[in-house]
Amino acid sequence: MRPRTGTLLLNAVLVAGAALTVAPLLWMLSASLMPTGQANTSPPPLLPSRVTFEHYVELFSHLNLARPFGNSLLVSAVGTLCTLVTGSTAGYAFAKLRFPGREGLFRVLLAAMLVPAQVGMLPLFLMLKGMGLVNTYAGVLVPWLASVFGIFLVRQYAQAIPDDLLNSARLEGAGEWRIYRSIVLPNLAPVLATLAVFVFMSSWNDFLWPLVVLSDDRRYTLPVALASLVGEHVQDTELMMAGAVVTVLPVLLVFIVLQRWYIRGVMAGSVKG
Amino acid sequence: MSAPAGGGLAWRQARAGLLLALPSAALILVFFFGPVLYGLWLSLTDFDLYAIGDPSAARFVGLGNYAQALGAPDFWNSLRITLVYAFVGAPLSVAVSLAAALLVDARTTRWKPFFRAVYFAPVVTTLVAVAIVWRYLYQPQYGLVNAFLGRFGIPHVDWLGDPHWALPAILGLAVWKNFGYNLLIFVAGLQNVPRELHEAAELDGASGWQRFWAVTLPDLAPVFLFVSVTTVINYFQLFAEPYVMTQGGPLKSTNSLVLLMYEQGFRWWRLGYAAALAFLLFAVILAATAVQMRLQARERRA
Repeated sequence: MRPRTGTLLLNAVLVAGAALTVAPLLWMLSASLMPTGQANTSPPPLLPSRVTFEHYVELFSHLNLARPFGNSLLVSAVGTLCTLVTGSTAGYAFAKLRFPGREGLFRVLLAAMLVPAQVGMLPLFLMLKGMGLVNTYAGVLVPWLASVFGIFLVRQYAQAIPDDLLNSARLEGAGEWRIYRSIVLPNLAPVLATLAVFVFMSSWNDFLWPLVVLSDDRRYTLPVALASLVGEHVQDTELMMAGAVVTVLPVLLVFIVLQRWYIRGVMAGSVKG
Repeated sequence: MSAPAGGGLAWRQARAGLLLALPSAALILVFFFGPVLYGLWLSLTDFDLYAIGDPSAARFVGLGNYAQALGAPDFWNSLRITLVYAFVGAPLSVAVSLAAALLVDARTTRWKPFFRAVYFAPVVTTLVAVAIVWRYLYQPQYGLVNAFLGRFGIPHVDWLGDPHWALPAILGLAVWKNFGYNLLIFVAGLQNVPRELHEAAELDGASGWQRFWAVTLPDLAPVFLFVSVTTVINYFQLFAEPYVMTQGGPLKSTNSLVLLMYEQGFRWWRLGYAAALAFLLFAVILAATAVQMRLQARERRA
C-alpha cells in the first residue's frame, strides 16, 4: 500500500509543478483571446468570455507587427546559415586537418567563452558605427557570423569521423574541398541540425544586441518591437498578450517539432565545462 | 603514408585547414577580441557623446573611470543587487532544477518525456515576451499571482511597485524561465549514477534521504559544479527582466550591473565609463567563478 501512495504523491507533485510551469503561457494565450478590457477585471478571469481574434488583427494591420516578424525571421535565418557555414568549416578543420598553429589558435578562440558578451558590446557598437553598420540588418547579424560554441560543438563531433575515410578519399585523388563537401558535411548532419535549432532560437530570442544596434523601428526585431510596444500600450493587456503569443509561438513550435535536436545541444553544451 | 605523396598531401591538408579555419577565426578575432581590446582602451578614456561625432575628442584619463565607479553609490547599489541575483537567484534556480530533476527521474514517475518537455518549455520562450506576461501576472489588482495567493489568505502585494518585493518578483520570473535548462542536465547526470550503488545502499537499509546524500549527490558533483558555475554567470548578466518589468526601479532596487552599463552607455552615452563598468563586471564574474571552483575542490578533498 505505502509505495502506491508514494507513487501517487510523486506524480501529483509533478502534475502540480507542470501546471504551475505552463500556467503563465496558458494565461498569455487565453488573455490574448479576451475582448478588450476583460483581463483588467477583478477577480481575474481565466477564460475569455467570448473568443476574439481582434487583437491579432490589430497587431498585423494597424500596428504592422508583420514587419518586425519578417525582420526576426530574416535575421535568425541568415544568422543560422552563417553560423552553420563557419562552424562546420572551422570545426572540421580544427578537428581533422593538420595546419601550423592549430592548437594555439583553437585555445585563443576558446578563451572567448570566458569573456561575458557585454564586455565587447559597447566598443563593437562604436566599431560598427565607424563602418556604417549601425541600424542595419548586417549590424544585427554580426554576433551570429561565427560562434565559438558552434566551432567547439562541431569539432567535438567531427573528431569521431574516421581518419581512414578521409585518407582513402585523398589517395583516390579527391581534393580537400570535395572531401569537405561530400564526406564531411553529410557526416556532420546531426550536429549541424542541433546547432541550427540552437542558433535559430537564440537569435530569435536575442534582445540586448538588437536593442543597442537598431534605432529605426522599421528594422526592429520582434523582441525589440514588443518591448517598445509595451511602452505605448501598457494598458492594453489583451493586445500585449497577443503580441507575446506571436513572439513566443514560432520558437515553441520549433522546439516541439525539433525537441530531440535541441536537447542534444543542451547536453553537448554541458560537456564543454 | 608514402613519403613523396605524403609531403604533398600534408601541404594540401595544411592549406585546406587554414582556408577553412581562418575565415571563422578572423571573424571572431575582429568582432569579439577586437571590441574587447578596444573596450579596454575605451575604459581608460572619457569617451562621451561629443567623442561619438569626433573620436579624437576623447582623452586618456587612466583609471579615472574605475575610480569614479568605485566612488559612486549607484555602482555599489547595482553590484549589491547583482550579487543578490547571482548568489540568491542562481542557487534557488539550481535547487529547483535539482528537486524537479529528482522527481522527474524517480523510478515510479510516469510520462517522463512529457514532464521533461513541459518543464523545459519556458527555457525556449522569448525572454522579453514572457517578462511582459509576468508583468501582468504581478499586477496588484488584476494579476493572477495575487489572486492565487489570495486564496490562501495572503494579502495583496504590489510586486513590481514595492522596492522590497520587486527583486524577489524578478527572481521568480528568472527561476521559472530557466530552471528547465539545468533540470535537463541534472536528469542526464542522474542517469549516469549507477543503479547498483543505489541498490547496495538500499540493501544496507539506507533511507531515501540518506541515499540522496551518500550516493546521488557525490556522484553528481561534477555536474553540480558545471551547473552552478554557468548559472551564477548567467544571473550576473541579468538584463532583460528588469529592463522590461521595472526599468531597474522602484528606487533602483532591481538595477543590475548590465542595466546600469546599458543606461550609462546608451542613454547617457558615457561610453568610457560604461566600458569600465563592463570590465568591473567581468572581474567580479571571474572572482566569483574562481571562488566556486576553489570551494568545490576543497569539498572534494574533505
